[in-house]
Amino acid sequence: MIPEIGHLALILALCLALAQAFFGLAGAQRGQLVWMSAVRPAAVAQSLFVALAFGALAYCFLTNDFSVAYVAENSNTALPWFYKFTAVWGAHEGSLLLWIFVLAIWTVGVARFSRHLPQEFSSRVLGVLGVISIGFLVFMLATSDPFTRLLPPVTQGRDLNPILQDPMMVTHPPMLYMGYVGLSVAFAFAIAALLSGKMDSVWARWSRPWTILAWLFLTIGIIIGSYWAYTELGWGGWWFWDPVENASFMPWLVATALMHSLAVTEKRGAFKSWTALLAIAAFSLSLLGTFLVRSGVLISVHAFAVDPKRGVFILGLIGVFVGAALALYAWRSPTLSSGGGFKPFSREAFLLLNNIFLVVAAAAVLLGTLYPLVMDALHLERISVGPPYFDTVFIPLMIPFFILIGIGPYVRWKHGELNDTAHKLWWVILLAVIAGLVALILLQAETTMVAIAGLFLGAWTIVAALREPVYRLWQRARGMHLSLPRSVLGMTTAHVGAGLLILGVTVTSTLGITRDLVVKPGSSVTVHGYQFTYASTQDVSGPNYQGTQVTFHVSRDGKQIAVMRAEKRTFTDTVTSVAAIYPGVFRDLYVGLGNPLGDSTWSVRFQYKPLVRFIWFGGLVMMLGGVIAVSDRRYRRRVTESAAIVPANPPLLAATPVPAPGTAKAEVEAGG
Amino acid sequence: MTPARRKRLLVVGLLVLGVAVAAALGLQAFRKNLLYYFTPDQVARGDAHAGQAFRMGGLVAMGSVQRAPGSMTVHFTITDMQRSIPVVYTGILPDLFREGQGIVVYGTLDKNGLFVANQVLAKHDSKYMPPGVEADIKKAQAQQQAERLAKDPS
Repeated sequence: MIPEIGHLALILALCLALAQAFFGLAGAQRGQLVWMSAVRPAAVAQSLFVALAFGALAYCFLTNDFSVAYVAENSNTALPWFYKFTAVWGAHEGSLLLWIFVLAIWTVGVARFSRHLPQEFSSRVLGVLGVISIGFLVFMLATSDPFTRLLPPVTQGRDLNPILQDPMMVTHPPMLYMGYVGLSVAFAFAIAALLSGKMDSVWARWSRPWTILAWLFLTIGIIIGSYWAYTELGWGGWWFWDPVENASFMPWLVATALMHSLAVTEKRGAFKSWTALLAIAAFSLSLLGTFLVRSGVLISVHAFAVDPKRGVFILGLIGVFVGAALALYAWRSPTLSSGGGFKPFSREAFLLLNNIFLVVAAAAVLLGTLYPLVMDALHLERISVGPPYFDTVFIPLMIPFFILIGIGPYVRWKHGELNDTAHKLWWVILLAVIAGLVALILLQAETTMVAIAGLFLGAWTIVAALREPVYRLWQRARGMHLSLPRSVLGMTTAHVGAGLLILGVTVTSTLGITRDLVVKPGSSVTVHGYQFTYASTQDVSGPNYQGTQVTFHVSRDGKQIAVMRAEKRTFTDTVTSVAAIYPGVFRDLYVGLGNPLGDSTWSVRFQYKPLVRFIWFGGLVMMLGGVIAVSDRRYRRRVTESAAIVPANPPLLAATPVPAPGTAKAEVEAGG
Repeated sequence: MTPARRKRLLVVGLLVLGVAVAAALGLQAFRKNLLYYFTPDQVARGDAHAGQAFRMGGLVAMGSVQRAPGSMTVHFTITDMQRSIPVVYTGILPDLFREGQGIVVYGTLDKNGLFVANQVLAKHDSKYMPPGVEADIKKAQAQQQAERLAKDPS
């Protein structure tokens, strides 16, 4: 009964999405007030039915309803209840439902917090979101219905893939999808603006908080995914340049570019068509990411689907969405004014360079990800592009990028003064050099050029970012009236995070040590001054696995500092390694069991990973910067106020002003 | 041409030059780092260049895995049911490495036709089949069937 309700809810959601799209787009086009007033209720109702369908599937999982094929494929009575719940998105059909559910959350968010926008504009935005809902609901109902019954039903399900049985897997896909799908909001805003032909700084201001929100979810999603790979895949890697990772990294790079270009459009009215193009590109890459992961074109850790019908369908969806958006763009963008001019040394120029570097980086990742697939699809040769390619491309791109990141915020809009910027930054440079030297001495290791560059760039990025708030607080302490708006604080925080991240990435990848060694009970090995002694071995068992645990005593300078227990687990169908990690702020020790070599002897991978935690910590700090920026007061101002500040098209702002909504962030998260 | 326009042209020219250099470097890095992939059948036919590292996918042949006790060096055979290539590897094998499992090895072919692997990759999927191998297996089965029919027409 419940699965049928879920299925029915999806069909009703599709009908409502059709209404939402039609009333939104046609109503705005024709200026039909009655039609437009139907958009919001249709959007909310559509979202509620999607939520109902999602709830129905979750219910089937929690009650072990193995008469549903998808549940039987991906769950098992032995699974703890929370893994039963996360198994909802453990494979293709359910993760597609999660995608649609997340779109419903964003739709409700937009419906709720777009009341202060002109009705015509908000109708178009919701209409575009409705079109996206239609596409994915049709996709789901036509090719990947999660509620299909299994006849005859089975008494026990197959299991959830053991490597997905991890607390982080509870949060990784939803966060990533919040980011992916959140970019559809930025896309919808751009399309709505292109449709209305009124693309100005007001549009950029409305679009910014949504873009930042999507970006911060994407950031946390990628960070969790990286940390999950580190702890769960058992080999201490935190980024593999796997196509699935690239699928989330490309939209992230473009979304980062979009955030910065929106700043120019909002402040200076420039880069309008470029910003619109980036919004389209970011969403297209999200769709491409969905295609890559969901179509089964990649056989990798994450790829579950093997049905080519689905791949063709998503490819068709991408073609329709992207094609239509680009056609609209080609038609409308020539009519956009180019906005204010600027000198080669100005904030605009620096943000343009930021955009160029990020987009080139995204293009390089795209090439490396798609080229092997295209070659294979055309039955030419089978090739793959490994980490060496991405490393060779990224290092020369990121070095100038991180030099510019420190300077950009200290260059004035429109017409910068070299002297002024140099005056603001000379002691920052000095401090960064000192910090870099101190770090070099502290690490006491033979270093490489890349490690040195990374250390200095990280220090430079952090010190340069902190200069502004430190200066302002210092001036304030001296009695000057200088405000520190949240948007500036958010940018500072995000840049500090980027600096920490670059420190972690360079130090861990250049100075980390990995040793694969054979150990017998009682024997000990030394890695970077840490002595690991094989103390004991024992059998362990869990609810759905059997395993072996090896205990190591770790000592340094003769003193025992830790006991590390690494495991090998055997599930019904597969084997996984559970690494032992001894974490620290400045270094991790990582022990992963390799293969049993007989007589309790094991091959074991020992790793010393300096500053590895800076990677995720830096990512979290970047995300925190997004949270701070999105809470800036000016995004919550009434329309009447912003109208007074930003001279914009009067007809757009003629709609009734509505009291400022509360904090968008808290509400959206509560909805998720 | 006014000075302002000349300056703008210069900036645009520099930008174009920068992008072109970046693209050239990127494509060169791309070409240098391409990894080729072959099935055992293709390797046996000599498609792979000797001395150059490449990737090879196939099934670990049943009963082929040999290891001296307490050693990290393993000998095994990779097959696509048409041809088999002997492989030697020193290091830690992935969790899902076992006989009959589809895997991918990365390394070079030596003079004697022994594949020296630097890396052994297994996917976290017990039913994983490396690209091209399934087709080879089907071909081998069809061939066997045809031979059987030829021998015994009844």
